[in-house]
Amino acid sequence: MTDSPLMAEVLAAARAADFASFTAADARAALERETLRPADLAALLSPAALSLLEDMARRARAATIKYFGNAVALFTPLYIANYCENECVYCGFNCRNKIRRGRLSPEEMAAEMENIASTGLKEILLLTGESRRQSGVDYIGAAVAMARRYFTVGVEIYPLDTAEYAYLHEQGADFVSVYQETYDPEIYAAVHRRGPKRAYAYRFQAQERALRGGMRGVAVGALLGLGDYRRDALAAGLHAFLLQKHYPHAEISFSVPRLRPYARDTLKEGRAVFGHPAGRGVGERELLQVMLAFRLFMPFAGITISTRERAGFRDHVLGLCATKISAGVTVGVGGRALAEKGDGQFEISDPRGVGAMRAAIRARGLQPVFRDHLYV
Amino acid sequence: MGGEQAGKTGAEDWLEIGGRRFRSRFILGSGKFSLEMTRAVLENAGAEMATLAVRRANVGGEENILDYMPPGITLLPNTSGARTAEEALRIARLAREIGCGDFVKIEVVRDTKYLLPDNYETARATEMAAREGFIALPYMYPDLSAARDMAQAGAAAIMPLGAPIGSNQGLLTREFIRILVEEIDLPIIVDAGIGRPSQACEAMEIGAAAVMANTAIATAGDAAVMACAFKSAIEAGRLAWLAGPGRVLERRAEAASPLTGFLR
Repeated sequence: MTDSPLMAEVLAAARAADFASFTAADARAALERETLRPADLAALLSPAALSLLEDMARRARAATIKYFGNAVALFTPLYIANYCENECVYCGFNCRNKIRRGRLSPEEMAAEMENIASTGLKEILLLTGESRRQSGVDYIGAAVAMARRYFTVGVEIYPLDTAEYAYLHEQGADFVSVYQETYDPEIYAAVHRRGPKRAYAYRFQAQERALRGGMRGVAVGALLGLGDYRRDALAAGLHAFLLQKHYPHAEISFSVPRLRPYARDTLKEGRAVFGHPAGRGVGERELLQVMLAFRLFMPFAGITISTRERAGFRDHVLGLCATKISAGVTVGVGGRALAEKGDGQFEISDPRGVGAMRAAIRARGLQPVFRDHLYV
Repeated sequence: MGGEQAGKTGAEDWLEIGGRRFRSRFILGSGKFSLEMTRAVLENAGAEMATLAVRRANVGGEENILDYMPPGITLLPNTSGARTAEEALRIARLAREIGCGDFVKIEVVRDTKYLLPDNYETARATEMAAREGFIALPYMYPDLSAARDMAQAGAAAIMPLGAPIGSNQGLLTREFIRILVEEIDLPIIVDAGIGRPSQACEAMEIGAAAVMANTAIATAGDAAVMACAFKSAIEAGRLAWLAGPGRVLERRAEAASPLTGFLR
């Protein structure tokens, strides 16, 4: 499992971290360092650092302004299919869940994309469930080729081989998001009960293959609350840090999803696995701590804030640490121009459309950015 | 460029780039503040040239930077996002297509952490762009050989960085920029890193032809007022350069015994 030097390094450091050993003074020292090292990230993620949250916020805000000015990028996700071959206990798309499954036809895709384009958005994230059979690489490639006519295109799909990423890049995709869910191999094995997603290392190395396939940028993240969120955040931070070190041209960004309620059946299974409702312990304070720590550790990296969070939280992290936000989100298959063809992956907490989101960004004195990328 | 100092007054002092003459020597970046502020900041800066990222241009769409540029401003589109010379050229062509004119600031960066320019690719891009008739202004790390290559390749001006972009650290590369001013017969425009008006003034005092700034203005408490401060500082530095700074004794007085006292 450790044939990637990045993976070996991330796992060793995450395993070794002793968060309880950090004092507030350690966190303060980390905070005051001009360039943070991996050990500083661990200090900022420690329970002791929670007492410095306000100071972390002040410094993070200054770093965000320095690197991003007052720009906030807007995008929206489009789920094109929700078939899945994995049995992940925390996910609405779990192949054992009795939900409506569907995938968009080319005509339906076109209608959905036209609808999104009419809102003024210029960046899209195409998502599928993880089923090579039902939503193969060719199918995704066709969606990318269609989307590039309107948008900057990113994909959040199952991990691919380098050649497949190169193919999607040729079709017009430039960004790839893959979340490790949890970096803890044991919990990973426990919550991914069946299906190709059980291949931990193949997933871990997806970003490296995407970059070798020519993609411009990659996103990393863990589903906070699945495992020990501090350890998972540390691992995600180190993963991003090493990706940038080995691929210095790559644009790196973080996503910070928290575990949200999912279909009722899987909730029960989740309780069986964890012995408690998953997601425990990651309140808004803790989520903010993770985001601020990422900002301070890698001030140049993007941070995307999910619609899983409430509007008030999302608005306040803009300009503070988050640099990208989704608007007009639906998490079912299609559902904008046409009736939803499949059920959603999770519940969203911020239903605002593009106009409302844009107004909220402006109200905070920030600049909404619709376009920030050229496919060259 | 030293000869420029002789006898010129402010009234006949123009910045010439690519056959165009500019009165202002303050080039404004536009990426880090709200679009509504663009006009006020440009006016207060007295700027006649402004950079913009082509990748941000949303022609015909929402929040398009081009819609906020006042008429009369010379646009200096940059190739931000380019990782190779070829990509920079494609972005330059796009800039021309969307009506930004022939000026282009060549930026080729292969490092997302510090955003330091790649001089080799930048020189290549400069050559390719100049061949296509662009007025190319390469953003570069102040290296004399690279600057010579860029001048040879047809650059209209050279834009060395003072410090890492966005850092507000000032003229960390002062001595190397001074060498470029001395050796390169093109306008040397200090770009990136200038954090305070005094630093902009210093860049002009050592012979820079112009200064570009963005973060310093955008992160100020009042961007419009800071633009005004930069304008004055750049003008003061320019006048000082034209006047020819007086001699400054760098060390304390030397020991009294003359070293050449043995001569008969």
